[in-house]
Amino acid sequence: MKSLEELKKLRDEALDKMTMRFIKNGIRIQVGLGTCGIASGAKPILATFLDEVEKRELTNVSVTQVGCMGECAYEPMAELIDYHGQSFVYCNLTEANAKEIIERHVMNQEPVLRLLLTTKKG
Amino acid sequence: MLERIQVIICGGTECSNDESVKIKEAFSSYLDVIDMKDEVALVLTGSKGLCSLGPVLVVYPGEIFYTDVTEKDVKEICEEHFKKGKPVQRLMYNDFEAQKRIKKNSLVKFYGMQKRIALRNCGNINPLDINEYIARDGYLALGEILASKTPQQVIDEMIKSGLRGRGGGGFSTGKKWQFAKNSESDQKYVICNADEGDPGAFMDRAVLEGDPHSVLEAMTICGYAIGADQGFIYVRAEYPVAVERLNYAIEEARKMQLLGDNIFNSGFNFNIDIRLGAGAFVCGEETALIASIEGYRGMPRLKPPFPAAKGLWGKPTNVNNVETLANIPVVFLKGADWYKSIGTKDSSGTKVFALGGKINNTGLVEVPMGTTLREVIFDIGGGIPNKRKFKAVQTGGPSGGCITEKDLDTPIDFENLKNLGSMMGSGGMIVMDEDNCMVDVARFYLDFTVDESCGKCTPCREGTKQMRDILNRICEGQGTMKDIDTLEILAHMIQETSLCGLGQTAPNPVLSTLKHFRDEYIAHVVDKACPAGVCRELTSFVIEENCIGCTKCARNCPVNAISGWPKQIHRIDLELCIGCGACKKTCPVGAISSQPKHQEASL
Repeated sequence: MKSLEELKKLRDEALDKMTMRFIKNGIRIQVGLGTCGIASGAKPILATFLDEVEKRELTNVSVTQVGCMGECAYEPMAELIDYHGQSFVYCNLTEANAKEIIERHVMNQEPVLRLLLTTKKG
Repeated sequence: MLERIQVIICGGTECSNDESVKIKEAFSSYLDVIDMKDEVALVLTGSKGLCSLGPVLVVYPGEIFYTDVTEKDVKEICEEHFKKGKPVQRLMYNDFEAQKRIKKNSLVKFYGMQKRIALRNCGNINPLDINEYIARDGYLALGEILASKTPQQVIDEMIKSGLRGRGGGGFSTGKKWQFAKNSESDQKYVICNADEGDPGAFMDRAVLEGDPHSVLEAMTICGYAIGADQGFIYVRAEYPVAVERLNYAIEEARKMQLLGDNIFNSGFNFNIDIRLGAGAFVCGEETALIASIEGYRGMPRLKPPFPAAKGLWGKPTNVNNVETLANIPVVFLKGADWYKSIGTKDSSGTKVFALGGKINNTGLVEVPMGTTLREVIFDIGGGIPNKRKFKAVQTGGPSGGCITEKDLDTPIDFENLKNLGSMMGSGGMIVMDEDNCMVDVARFYLDFTVDESCGKCTPCREGTKQMRDILNRICEGQGTMKDIDTLEILAHMIQETSLCGLGQTAPNPVLSTLKHFRDEYIAHVVDKACPAGVCRELTSFVIEENCIGCTKCARNCPVNAISGWPKQIHRIDLELCIGCGACKKTCPVGAISSQPKHQEASL
């Protein structure tokens, strides 16, 4: 890194990519892969998401790993951020749930309410 | 050009559809009038799940919900919100209960009451991609500092922010840097203390795993401020994921020349290496940590000289905790005054707590200083599971003490917790309910300090062991009243004569449980009874009349001590029973109760 301007330019580019604002219907799925998440089985879930995205040839979805979100009691968790920046936090996931989220939420824009953290916490 | 404001208009079929379109048209025509069309993006979307309140608008940044919007409101929103930056209170969504289908995350108490500074990126960015950190203004603070601030200005800003060490001591970070800067030497070091050892504390791990670059950036800022060109991260080998991600992060930062020689073309060089610890609790003490990095046994030494004068290999060294460092880039991005405005007068900023024990939302929370314990435990933490009653909360891990119901409304800051006989520590919070025996809890913490004592000084090595033996005796029903007195005398002696913080604080759990729960100790000693039904030697389990004969207890008993036919009252064979309490936990109707065993004992 040679200058502040270079950093700022890189920042703006990275931000656009991250927030998916310029991809049509872009969706970002963040799977919590801290030690707490890994311990409760987040790795197969991340793999399922990646598999499903590949299998269904979804080009507008990026699946990424992130650290602990703080709600360790509800791991494994995944946060889905749609292209308006609205976030949906899914918790206590299984591999079957991951498939369901891809099918229903990502492909049909229909959030899976019963798996949402806000639903489970009541 | 990027739009400054985005307006999401709900156009789902459940909202009246043409209403949304009309609102969008009204917006675009009014924005034309006030000449802000380039600054505001209008997006018509599908349902947002708040259809009963539609038409709904969401305005970013800020994620502000407007409900029941009509065309007439458009002008007001444009004038007040977009132009003056004042959201229109009248239309804002504020009814918590009404949002039945999807609640906004920040409306849920767990998130709504938190303020995330140290954990700002945890769970939001990919820790293995430096670009995502940069997207969140990462390394911007470092760049600006190197371009425009002198080391002394950096330190002045730190002192002004009022940031205090989050590792336990609570010493002013800025002053610590000043001492290190003032020491004359050809070589100085920066150390990040990531040897997190408190049972039940895991906030440093979360930061290292979720946002490793924030620590690297802060260490580089510190290096520039005190005049060091080498940093070490001392992290325990028990955090393999954290180590892996740190290594990757350092590699990425080097590739982008955010670490290494001539950072930002400023002539400033800084490098970071990782040193693995074997997981000794005492190595969280800075002099022991330094000894461990040097390759010696991790044992503390007398202070002064402080590490700021003579630290790693005899050179001035600044040691900061992970959470402290994670705060630093934000302090510089948003300014010391902003940081100072959060929290209380003497403890500014936020603190991360690891909630554990008998609590519904086990996890990490970050709240401004001055939040009360009750808010953290009951509002954010969701209270105690299974309708049990709150008994106490242990803060500060094995060095802290317990706090009872009557002090729950104390605002959390360094001084207040100390006055309550506990301490901030690294921020572990273990919640206990009425099923926890306080003598047993004290014994658990002493077990830990006995194991972790390095053995250098006698009070800690021998004293804690004696205290544990006494507690064992009390838990087994062999204790006398004299034992309780001896326990207190020993505790004060260890506090006053130990060499380092580990020993000086080791008796705290015993002293604070003695202070608040002396009656439980006396019950153990005089009545030979454990009121909570935890201590095995003092408890026998009995199945009451309301047993429904579901056979669950019999199936869960590890020694097959329970017999009975289905649908009939079961009974426990006390000869075989080992008092593990598995039956009591599993009983669906609460028919199994624990009773003092002393009747049998006296026979």
